[in-house]
Amino acid sequence: MTEEIIIAGFGGQGVLSMGKILAYSGVMGNKEVSWMPSYGPEMRGGTANVTVIISDERISSPIINQFDTAIILNQQSMDKFEKSVKPGGLLIYDPNGITRHPQRQDINIYQIEAADEAASMGLTKVFNMVVLGGFLKLKPIIQPEFIRKGLEKSLPKRHHGLIPENEKAIEKGKEIIKSVHQLN
Amino acid sequence: MKGNEAFAEAAIRAGADGYFGYPITPQSEVMEYLMAEKPHERTGMVVLQAESEVAAINMVYGGAACGKRVLTSSSSPGISLKQEGISYIAGAELPCVILNVVRGGPGLGTIQPSQSDYFQSTKGGGHGDYRMIVLAPSSVQEMADFARLGFDLAFKYRNPVLVLSDGAIGQMMEKVELDEQRPRFTEEEIIKNTPWATTGKTKDRERNIITSLDLDSAKQELHNHALQAKYKLMQEQETRFEMISCEDADYLIVAYGTSARISQKAVDLLRAEGIKVGLLRPITLYPFPTEIISKLADQVKGILTVEMSAGQMIEDVRLAVGCRVKVEHFGRMGGIIPSPTEVVEAMQTKIIGG
Repeated sequence: MTEEIIIAGFGGQGVLSMGKILAYSGVMGNKEVSWMPSYGPEMRGGTANVTVIISDERISSPIINQFDTAIILNQQSMDKFEKSVKPGGLLIYDPNGITRHPQRQDINIYQIEAADEAASMGLTKVFNMVVLGGFLKLKPIIQPEFIRKGLEKSLPKRHHGLIPENEKAIEKGKEIIKSVHQLN
Repeated sequence: MKGNEAFAEAAIRAGADGYFGYPITPQSEVMEYLMAEKPHERTGMVVLQAESEVAAINMVYGGAACGKRVLTSSSSPGISLKQEGISYIAGAELPCVILNVVRGGPGLGTIQPSQSDYFQSTKGGGHGDYRMIVLAPSSVQEMADFARLGFDLAFKYRNPVLVLSDGAIGQMMEKVELDEQRPRFTEEEIIKNTPWATTGKTKDRERNIITSLDLDSAKQELHNHALQAKYKLMQEQETRFEMISCEDADYLIVAYGTSARISQKAVDLLRAEGIKVGLLRPITLYPFPTEIISKLADQVKGILTVEMSAGQMIEDVRLAVGCRVKVEHFGRMGGIIPSPTEVVEAMQTKIIGG
């Protein structure tokens, strides 16, 4: 199993930390992982993206331009990464703020209204965990127990009290993700 | 762990005595991590933010002269500022580890990853006929491993060792296994193992003088001969490389660091198309793995070098190959990282079809 993922959105949406939790969870599940962020000027207010690879084998390139899954959280990232999904691959996006929806016919497309859901939960910060839940519903590549360990590892100790909220958000994401375009 | 953090933690665990640095993106996490980790409480290691890169490298000079395990880190423009000190340290034959997390140049350039400091690193960025062992990590694991290996080689040869990384490896996170904590040298060990160090004159020996200056040309020439003999020994004993899928290869990619990782994926993609491509990854850029490349040149029909530069290492590959087979370069510059598919295309157009 090798899953090559790009997560892209605005800085501050929790893009990098979502990737980090995914990567740490992979390590806890004894997988090979790599986490390659955009850094520098892109991170300072503009768009942020991170490439996460989770595999059973040694990972060759941590930098790739074709992905099994793209998780897209703003319009700029949609413009940039819709075309980078491998044919037959998966695109997950939050329609909030998206003006041009994905057009590809050769991939599976799912929507997740994570921003609205996180707001209605009264916890806008768990937005990224709602999205992660949606992803894990479709690609259960990591067992929930390792996700919990990944959260423990990547959140600072003072925030460990929030782990149940994060887990709730992940469960919520699994419930609300919906298909938009399905390959036969 | 990020590559920069892995290097910092590994330096503590290698028994380092002191780190002297000045912040610059994309390697600031090295000092950030060290400051947060408070190694003075763990091992007594000193971590100091100097007032400039020039000050930092001269603090390294001073620490190394005392027989201590000392290191510094920076990124390209900062490493340029350190060149004078590095030349002095090489001339005075002192051990130290220097990390360069390369960013795009020239000048302030960009903060994104690059490999355009190859010439500076391997051909002597400062003045004078000196060489450094240059280790090129291509994973977070090697960032950790080469901190310790760097110290061991530096002390073995009384020579500065450069770890030539880049922004991608510094910033990315991968799994890493760290060595156990090694104790710092005791004062007795320093006196015993590094008898040249300035540890305070005792009655039973002459003064130890650390200097790179000798105005007597005859003596200076002798010193240069000794240095060259040492560099020759390094070439014989310390050349390191990794070969991936080379046994049956018809074509070869030569790449180090981040480019090697990307090229490894390109090898997989090309082999999936039935094209037998191998990858030779130099781990030491100085001494350069000339011999194995020369040997492989007899086996393959063409060689592509992949570098995030205008093509610098290609000169050493061509020296190894002579005119026996075609050697071409592919690279991106200014902080752009080539993609595996671009490498595949370059192999097809420049080498196989070219």
